[in-house]
Amino acid sequence: MSTVTVEASELTRAYNGRIAVSEVSFNLNKGEVLGFLGPNGAGKSTTMKMLTGNLAPTSGTVKICGIDMIENPKEAKALIGYLPETPPLYRELTVDEFLTVAARLHRVSRKHIKKAVQVAKERCGLTEMSNRLIENLSKGYQQRVGIAQAIIHNPMVVILDEPTVGLDPIQIRDIRALIKELGGEHSVILSTHILPEVEVVCDHVQIIHKGQLVFNGSIDVLRQQRHGNRLLLGLSRPPAPEALLAIAGVVAVDAQPNGLFKLRYEEGSAPAEALVQAAVANDWGLYQISPDQTSLEDVFVQLTFQELDA
Amino acid sequence: MIINLARKELRSLLASPMGWVILALLQFVFGTFFLLGVDQYFQTMSGMLRPEMRQGVTEFVGRNVFSIASFVMLFAVPLLSMRLISEERRQQTLPFLFSAPLSMTEIVLGKFVGLVSFLTIVILLITGMMSTLNLWAEIDFGFVLANTLGLWLLVAAFASLGLFMSSLTQQPVVAAILTFVALFALMILDYFFASDPTSVMNYLSLMRHFEPFSRGLLDSRDIAYFLLFILTFLTLTVRRLDADRLRG
Repeated sequence: MSTVTVEASELTRAYNGRIAVSEVSFNLNKGEVLGFLGPNGAGKSTTMKMLTGNLAPTSGTVKICGIDMIENPKEAKALIGYLPETPPLYRELTVDEFLTVAARLHRVSRKHIKKAVQVAKERCGLTEMSNRLIENLSKGYQQRVGIAQAIIHNPMVVILDEPTVGLDPIQIRDIRALIKELGGEHSVILSTHILPEVEVVCDHVQIIHKGQLVFNGSIDVLRQQRHGNRLLLGLSRPPAPEALLAIAGVVAVDAQPNGLFKLRYEEGSAPAEALVQAAVANDWGLYQISPDQTSLEDVFVQLTFQELDA
Repeated sequence: MIINLARKELRSLLASPMGWVILALLQFVFGTFFLLGVDQYFQTMSGMLRPEMRQGVTEFVGRNVFSIASFVMLFAVPLLSMRLISEERRQQTLPFLFSAPLSMTEIVLGKFVGLVSFLTIVILLITGMMSTLNLWAEIDFGFVLANTLGLWLLVAAFASLGLFMSSLTQQPVVAAILTFVALFALMILDYFFASDPTSVMNYLSLMRHFEPFSRGLLDSRDIAYFLLFILTFLTLTVRRLDADRLRG
């Protein structure tokens, strides 16, 4: 059964008349991971600040598990764990002290504080750093402490603003695994501009551009766009493009330099075999054939520009 | 919740060298004046031939210590209060408090209570020091307690103003200077209006309201003044932080 945990409707935020986020609406169900994508300054952080009650929306509402953020901020905030862009850490405290403070302020009952701190540290790989001052930790570990404070009270919704910034590749892998794990029992919203990350961890993707939501859908749709029906063909003695179009299933041919062709074929047809046979029969000098993947970056650029034209 | 935040503030104050240095310096100053007071008491009193000119030891030493305390706190409180909110702004840790299930009022009260508990330690040390006179003399505890209460209210008023100033800026030093200037102006207000004792401005002077306490007099008007003063600046701080959330 899916239950709605985050409900944002027509969120709008203006700074002195300049619209930063305009009419963003979406729902998030329990157990889903939502990726928030967008170029710098698109309004990702502003939206997240509004979702967590750090910023009052100019208009629109946010409901966390049905509780209105503006009318009952305390109850709504108790259900959220938030990691802002800059991890909010009291540098003069040790990891244990800081996490204890975080647990207390998030109303973890006295008996469970020790346990909660322990679990959060284990999940974020901080067990060996317990008594270190946060000030002396490396950027990556500070980021982990930031994540630990966001999940310490086992919130329904975890909101992470660029959680993998400044981490090394191994840590990034760990954190992604952690986010996936969190996605099992909580809802997670994360923002990032690292595109492959979205593909790895998210179920849903939203692309925000200039304050507008330009794409909102399942990650599969985005994947489809990416792996779309395309082939890359390399021929050392290329024929005229018409010869390629004649092969069953091929609908478009785009000739590139060095005898490379980008082919698009009909959904469901598989012209690869026919192409190879034709190449051998006509002595085209086939040297390469592979699925042509548009990079996510291209899809992203396409999406952000498409909607602009529309 | 307020207590939890206050504990965190107190811990932060004691985690920095600043807290301990100020605590030590204050104690040194008060100790010195206490010693001087005791020392001078015998010299001065042995010169007083007529009994009606003589003063009790509590009043003589107490006036010495508590008046210097009110003056020294004018410098100490801005230094302690300056980081309360401005530092959080600078380190961008305010979202941590804003996204916790706390109301603005709780955040502000938590910080205020944290600072005041630190200052209470200082004041209790002074009171403790005064009480040691009781070992060899019978001291006037009423006088000591009235002074303690007065000093406590005065310092709490300083702290509320300091907290407000700290919420205005990102730079702790700016907050300290603003607090100091504002407090100093409020302290010496009655000098400027001394020629006109009926002036309303006289009522605003902090010193004028502290003075009855230092004579051992508890006046509900003065207590009300301090409480209103504290309430005003705490409310202003709440408003200031709310504006952060509204205006971004």
